[in-house]
Amino acid sequence: MHPKFCKVLSPSELKKVKPVNKSTGMIHSFETFGALDGPGIRFVVFFEGCPLRCVYCHNRDMLDLKDYMTMTAHELLDKVLDYKPYFGAGGLKGGVTISGGDPIFQPQFLFEFLKLCKKAGIHTTIDTSLFTNRQTIDSIFPYVDLFMVSLKHFDSKIHRCLTGVPNEGILNNIKYLSGKIEKAGAAGGAANRPKLWFRYVVLPGYTDTKENLKALVKFLRGVVFEQIELLPYHTFGVYKWKKLGLPYVLEGVKPPSMAVVRKIKKMLEREKFKVLLNE
Amino acid sequence: MRSDGLCCSFLNIFNMQKEINVRDFILRNYTPYNGDETFLAPPTKKTKKVWGKARKLIQKEFKNGGLLGVDTKKVSTITSHGPGYISKRHESIVGIQAEKPLVRTIKANGGIRLVKSALEELGYKISPEIYDIYTKYVTTHNDAVFDMYKNWDDFKTPAGKLFRSEDIITGLPDNYSRGRIIGDYRRVALYGVDRLISERKALENLKYDYMNDEHMRSRTFLHKQIRALEDMKKMAASYGFDISKPATDVREAIQWLYLGYLAAVKEQDGAAMSMGRIDAFIDIYAEKDLKRGRYTEAEIQQFIDDFVVKLRIVRHLRHPEYNALFAGDPTWVTCVLGGMTAVGPIGKPSKACKPGKSMVTKTSFRMLHTLENLGPAPEPNLTVLWAEGLSSNFKKYASRMAVNSSSLQFENDDLMRPYHGDDYGIACCVSAMTIGKQMQLFGARSNLPKVLLLAINEGRNEFTGEKVLDGVKPLKNRKVLDYKEVSGRFFELMDWLAKKYVETMNVIHFCHDNYHYENSQMALHDPEVHRFMAFGLAGMSIVVDSLSAIKYAKVSPVYDRRGIAVDYKIKGSYPAFGNNDDRVDSMAVDLCKKFIQCLKKYPAYRGAEHTLSLLTITANVVYGNHTGATPDGRKAHEPFAPGANPMHNRDKNGALASLNSMAKLPYRYCRDGISNTFSITPHTLGKTSETRAENLVSMLNGYFNKGGHHINVNVIDREVLEDAMAKPWKYPQLTIRVSGYAVNFIKLTPEQQKEVISRTFHKKFY
Repeated sequence: MHPKFCKVLSPSELKKVKPVNKSTGMIHSFETFGALDGPGIRFVVFFEGCPLRCVYCHNRDMLDLKDYMTMTAHELLDKVLDYKPYFGAGGLKGGVTISGGDPIFQPQFLFEFLKLCKKAGIHTTIDTSLFTNRQTIDSIFPYVDLFMVSLKHFDSKIHRCLTGVPNEGILNNIKYLSGKIEKAGAAGGAANRPKLWFRYVVLPGYTDTKENLKALVKFLRGVVFEQIELLPYHTFGVYKWKKLGLPYVLEGVKPPSMAVVRKIKKMLEREKFKVLLNE
Repeated sequence: MRSDGLCCSFLNIFNMQKEINVRDFILRNYTPYNGDETFLAPPTKKTKKVWGKARKLIQKEFKNGGLLGVDTKKVSTITSHGPGYISKRHESIVGIQAEKPLVRTIKANGGIRLVKSALEELGYKISPEIYDIYTKYVTTHNDAVFDMYKNWDDFKTPAGKLFRSEDIITGLPDNYSRGRIIGDYRRVALYGVDRLISERKALENLKYDYMNDEHMRSRTFLHKQIRALEDMKKMAASYGFDISKPATDVREAIQWLYLGYLAAVKEQDGAAMSMGRIDAFIDIYAEKDLKRGRYTEAEIQQFIDDFVVKLRIVRHLRHPEYNALFAGDPTWVTCVLGGMTAVGPIGKPSKACKPGKSMVTKTSFRMLHTLENLGPAPEPNLTVLWAEGLSSNFKKYASRMAVNSSSLQFENDDLMRPYHGDDYGIACCVSAMTIGKQMQLFGARSNLPKVLLLAINEGRNEFTGEKVLDGVKPLKNRKVLDYKEVSGRFFELMDWLAKKYVETMNVIHFCHDNYHYENSQMALHDPEVHRFMAFGLAGMSIVVDSLSAIKYAKVSPVYDRRGIAVDYKIKGSYPAFGNNDDRVDSMAVDLCKKFIQCLKKYPAYRGAEHTLSLLTITANVVYGNHTGATPDGRKAHEPFAPGANPMHNRDKNGALASLNSMAKLPYRYCRDGISNTFSITPHTLGKTSETRAENLVSMLNGYFNKGGHHINVNVIDREVLEDAMAKPWKYPQLTIRVSGYAVNFIKLTPEQQKEVISRTFHKKFY
């Protein structure tokens, strides 16, 4: 039941998970054709750094603050604007998705960049663990159109093994965020409030267990959100760990079958939740 | 005059018209359609029978090595072959090139030696009589051109070889038909052939100030055209149709129009025998017939389906060497769909030319629908003329068809309309011209990376070491290449090439006009036409990346004992084309500008206007094979990228960065077209089929808004994916993604890439 690989982060590793507050950003790379990271076509910016150390991270190469580009929020916005004609309009309005790593790792830069995006009329999405404080949530809230928040595991001990941190803070933050969204909706109408999606990695043996799925449903019932995305575990990122000379503790874990993932989707849909899965 | 209950407004219109003016007829009578695809009808029983039989024959052809049969005993002319059918009982539109479907025929006037050689390679023997006649008594186009090449000092290398064999200018139509001419086949339906004949005959009596060169040429061709029109009537009569009079309903309109095209493919076998722009035209008849209850929607779709079946079975006799250059037996029966009307002056790009109304009609949908009724196929090379102002219903439907079939290409109507107006078609893949008023003199393409290598190797062939031209001094900076020196020399050589290229083209087209004239196709043009001389540039991204490497990194040639640079070592990094980096993208723009300006310095045959394309078709593999290592890091014999695409594995920022780079390529300098192949897996395009189509619409809107010209959308399924990994030059910038995942593919070795990707489709999710 309990993962055997739970390790404690070393002091040097701990340094790297502490959020950085600078007005210039550390950017790992871009993906200009992002059709899988939020609605429409999106310009995906991968921020360097993350407060977590998930053992199945597929972007392990952007967490150690080694290989990145430094740029100001304005410079980054200029890059995004060059793709604005692709973002489209209507129901599938594209825009920018800030991912990584975790954008919440650079709260000040994130805040400045989001502000600029909104000023330029660009739809913003962040892909985050929400492992942060309420101040940060409050500061970026007015400038985010869509929050995509990861749900890793509902047993805090297992959560710690899988990600390096417990889950209480994250789950509380989600509830806080969900409340803020509802308030904003009541005040300014549905059109003005940000949306909330969840991302749930289906990791065989860990997140596909009866217990965890039960806990997932219970949690979802207590928050207001638009949809939950199921992301089947994959092994594309394993080569990055190997290249960095880091041990990959999930060696041998195979991606789930589509049948299993679809079953989970059906179960969630029976609970009247909206589920997104790349079919 | 027919009086069988036909609505009179058709007759009135062309009686009133003093001149042949199909565009006017279309603009006055077509009905724009802004609705969705729910009106479309499934295939009828008859269609299923006809297509079923045709499919069986195509499969047989494939099993037979790609050739079902050849008629070796007759030379193909408009009237040489009697009628033939796929399934006479069930066909509603009839006509094939020979007497049995898929049988290929001899077009001798292009060149008889190539035909004989092709037949022998394929296991056939040409009729000795035909061979005799065409070697002893008839001068073919091929004969005439090679006579011109012979002992023409300028056309030989200092080593005494024909310049043509150096693979610097390739694919020239000097031994077969030149193609790239689109007859206005609609004229047959709208006016009937008799009216077209009388219009030509009236020109016989024209008074000239003086019988000069051009007038003499015009008069010679006039008579050929009149005879071709007479022959067209005979051919149609053999199928039971009197096409002397105009078509009276949609079935006749399609049938007459198709017979006009059939005459062309009985006479000529150019690489590109394109169809033109027929959707709004046919729709006028269709709408009339729906309204008066003459035909139902299902029947109209049946006619369209049957017509498209005919276009899918067009076949030409090809030498296996040709097939290596143009893989897959293409015929480029390119049909454009949609577009918008032009309001304001055309001819030069100016803000005064604005889009008017959408030209999307129900027939635009019906043509796309053949991809569902008959299944996907590369012919008739359906090409959507995309404009910002088109309805979202049409855009979504076209996009959905592209995702499901990978058989569509999209081109920027907003970009082309100021030059060509609203009645233009596309020849081959990307080359626009106004129907019936303009023609192209096809010039294949030049291998510019080889010219760059000549600049580095004192004018010597990088493999044989032989001199291709004299007078190229050795570089001063041989250890590390100097940008100013190499680029200066390269552009000088580009000018040398330009002169040769134009001269060669002049020879080829002079001969083709005189020895293998396109009688029926030109009969369906205005008597005087504007000519484009269409040059091509292959390997653009390699030249540009090479110059960028020399400028921004340190490039050291590796010389063999003959002093020839056979490889290049690069220290440091350089911005590569396809990453939306202006440092190198501007070099690409500059290259196109300089090349077309060089070409324009040399006068073209019959005053043709020089144009340039960035288009390789599938020949990018062959060109690469003939080219040594280049300064950008490409190894000897490695394939080129196709068309205007960036070299594979050099894009670091994703597909849209590549599109942005390509959108910068200047259409005003590349009027013969800029070809872009885009490959993606369906799961990368979006998570549901609905969002995939919508995302593709957004992508197309963005790319064309940015000034892109053309895009061929290839949505790759699992089976093709392995091929894509093994041959990345066939599917450049292949985009495969997973949510949230940063793929920095260029950092992976090819083995790692293969491994990553193979896991993608084996695990059944992305």
